[in-house]
Amino acid sequence: MATSSLPAAKPAGATRVRRASASKRRQTTAAYLFVLPFFVVFATMLVIPLGYAGYLSVFKSQLIGGLSFIGLDNYLRAFTDPEFLGGIGRMVIFLLVQVPIMLGIALGLALALDSGRAHGSKALRLLYFVPYAVPGVVATLMWGYLYGPDFGPISQLFRAVGLDAPNLLDSQSILGSTMNIVTWEFVGYNMIILYAALRSIPAELYEAAAIDGASQYRIAWSIKIPAIRPAIMLTVIFSIIGTFQLFNEPSLLDAIAPTAITNGFTPNYYAYNIAFVNQDVNYAAAVAFLLGALIAIISYVVQLGTQRSERKQRKAAR
Amino acid sequence: MKKAPRTAMKLVGSAAVAALLLTGCSSSPGGTTAKETTSQDQIDKALTTPTKLTFWTWVPGIEKEVALFEKKYPAIDVTVENVGQGLPHYQKIRTALQSKDGAPDVVQMEYQYLPSFTVTNSLLDLSAYGAKGVAGDYVDWVWNQVSTDKGVWAYPQDVGPMGNLYRSDILTKAGVTSAPKTYEEYATAAKKVKDATGSTISNLATNDPAQVVGLLWQAGVKPFGYDGDKTVSINVNSPEAKKVLGYWQDLIQKDLVSTDADFNDQFYQGLAGGKYAGWLTAAWAPIFLQGTVADTAGKWTAAPMPQWDATKNVSGNWGGSADAVLSTTKNPIAAEELAKFINHDQESTTMLATQQSLFPAAKNVLGSPTFTDAKSDFFGGQTVNKLFADISNTVDKKFEWLPFTDYAYSQFNEIVGTSIGEKKDLSTALDTWQDVLVKYAKDQGFTVK
Repeated sequence: MATSSLPAAKPAGATRVRRASASKRRQTTAAYLFVLPFFVVFATMLVIPLGYAGYLSVFKSQLIGGLSFIGLDNYLRAFTDPEFLGGIGRMVIFLLVQVPIMLGIALGLALALDSGRAHGSKALRLLYFVPYAVPGVVATLMWGYLYGPDFGPISQLFRAVGLDAPNLLDSQSILGSTMNIVTWEFVGYNMIILYAALRSIPAELYEAAAIDGASQYRIAWSIKIPAIRPAIMLTVIFSIIGTFQLFNEPSLLDAIAPTAITNGFTPNYYAYNIAFVNQDVNYAAAVAFLLGALIAIISYVVQLGTQRSERKQRKAAR
Repeated sequence: MKKAPRTAMKLVGSAAVAALLLTGCSSSPGGTTAKETTSQDQIDKALTTPTKLTFWTWVPGIEKEVALFEKKYPAIDVTVENVGQGLPHYQKIRTALQSKDGAPDVVQMEYQYLPSFTVTNSLLDLSAYGAKGVAGDYVDWVWNQVSTDKGVWAYPQDVGPMGNLYRSDILTKAGVTSAPKTYEEYATAAKKVKDATGSTISNLATNDPAQVVGLLWQAGVKPFGYDGDKTVSINVNSPEAKKVLGYWQDLIQKDLVSTDADFNDQFYQGLAGGKYAGWLTAAWAPIFLQGTVADTAGKWTAAPMPQWDATKNVSGNWGGSADAVLSTTKNPIAAEELAKFINHDQESTTMLATQQSLFPAAKNVLGSPTFTDAKSDFFGGQTVNKLFADISNTVDKKFEWLPFTDYAYSQFNEIVGTSIGEKKDLSTALDTWQDVLVKYAKDQGFTVK
């Protein structure tokens, strides 16, 4: 702008730059020092094991004959492995059925609590959250007992009213039984996330809506849910990851329902069985890598999809 | 800020290199087989030199027997660790062996897992330390379990010769007053029991290969074989095996035998509630029942197994374990002496039988009147120990295992166990199991005979 002030400003500017760069350098060093502990842990606990798993996955190890390099054969094998694909298929069903149910309930509860109409909402909030505080292992053991076909309370209840008790642990119903356990465990957790997001919506919006004569349902549908969309997305992504990583539940239910839980019931459980029962660490590493890639892809696709629809919405609003 | 990603990349890069370097040097199998026999002087010296040993076992209270050893050899300090039972135990041993660090000296090991560890040269050949000299002190079939023509791999601790435990009160109600002698009688009795009381005469577990293998063992079936080197034989679908499972399939399909998974709550409740009128089980079961279904005390009776051939008296084995020494141990002599002492010293073996309630493999207990004459109130005053000691002498002497029992058993559960539970054709299941095992064996580089 003012060209005449340039010469005068130059030296001052230069020293400022020099001083700034010195302090900047110090800041950068400090920043690196601050992130160093993280990177050390990140490298030793994640990157190195990951690299090692990747390394393992391109070998084949035999009890007789030892180790040999086989390139991507383990990956190709996984693509035609009916047990692995079956596990993935099962998890896709799980994702499509259980996740909407769980998040639907969680959202409903969060909205109900947030509406302030329920009495003792603090106590209820805690109550809904309690199952999440129960360790997954304990929850599965507990439900396993409830499901028991001979002496489980559910079966006894059925028999008490003269009905045939359904076998909740046979191969047809085990997926549903697992969904039920997972839903019970995680509704409260997701509810808390959504509830916290709901609490951060500015109250003015409600006032404005009330002046416009909007009903509570209308407010929930048009204000609350759109406002907490990021939180909902967060729970969706968490649920996708959680679904594909299901392990505790099948591994514990295996003791009481060994015929229903196959070695490849969930992909994660399958990887474990390959590594520690079949002692094929190499193939297990390949399966684990594929599983990780699959989770990343699905999560990314879901996120991309919502971003696009958000953009579309914003455009429409304009 | 632009620098950060590059540094991160460098970190990642060097980490990956480190990973490769780390793994580059970890695939040679560790194995030492001392061929020349150790002299008494060497043994004495090793036992008087201060030494630390680690012993991985799941046997509760075995510290007592270890204390006897430490009392006799004060220089040796033994740490007893329980790292889990069953699969987790073996997994941890394998992990420790592979990492070349932290492996124990002595380990508890079930008989069917010994070849899975000799195949990787992970067990110390105890014959170099005079193990063959004590062969006669154990029941012969048990000694066959721990030794091959290539060496001695463990000292036997406890065994599970199979017998028939039944609720005499339920059987009497059904008009069955004595234990069925043959499988034919057993099937008839099963029908009577079911009709009169609704109970099943036994349970064939869907998740317990060891039980079914024990039944095959009794019938003289040899489903597995391993020459200790590269050749395995797999015959799980032989006509004899199909005959045994065909028999059970018939009882299962007629609802005369239940097919619950064993050793879970459901199963315990079934035992307590009289769902099962009996159980074809092993020598460890009397004590197990005493602890699990104490309320039914006095109602049980023990008998030998029903027979396939009325003129014979044979049994199989289900369970039991031995103590082996890992080949990676730095103190082979002391470790070997510990494994031997616990399972050979009279005081120790007696204590194992009376306090840890293990059914003994050592003759010095099996032949001792204090053990065999003990009357069990739980079994209405029967001398159950005597009965099973006699049964132990009737167990078929030669029975081998595959060097990949984990896989064989896991696939049993997947294939045969599932078919048992779903009342399907077990002959087909055995064929599938055979195919899967042969494929795996070939995949692992074995020659299948």
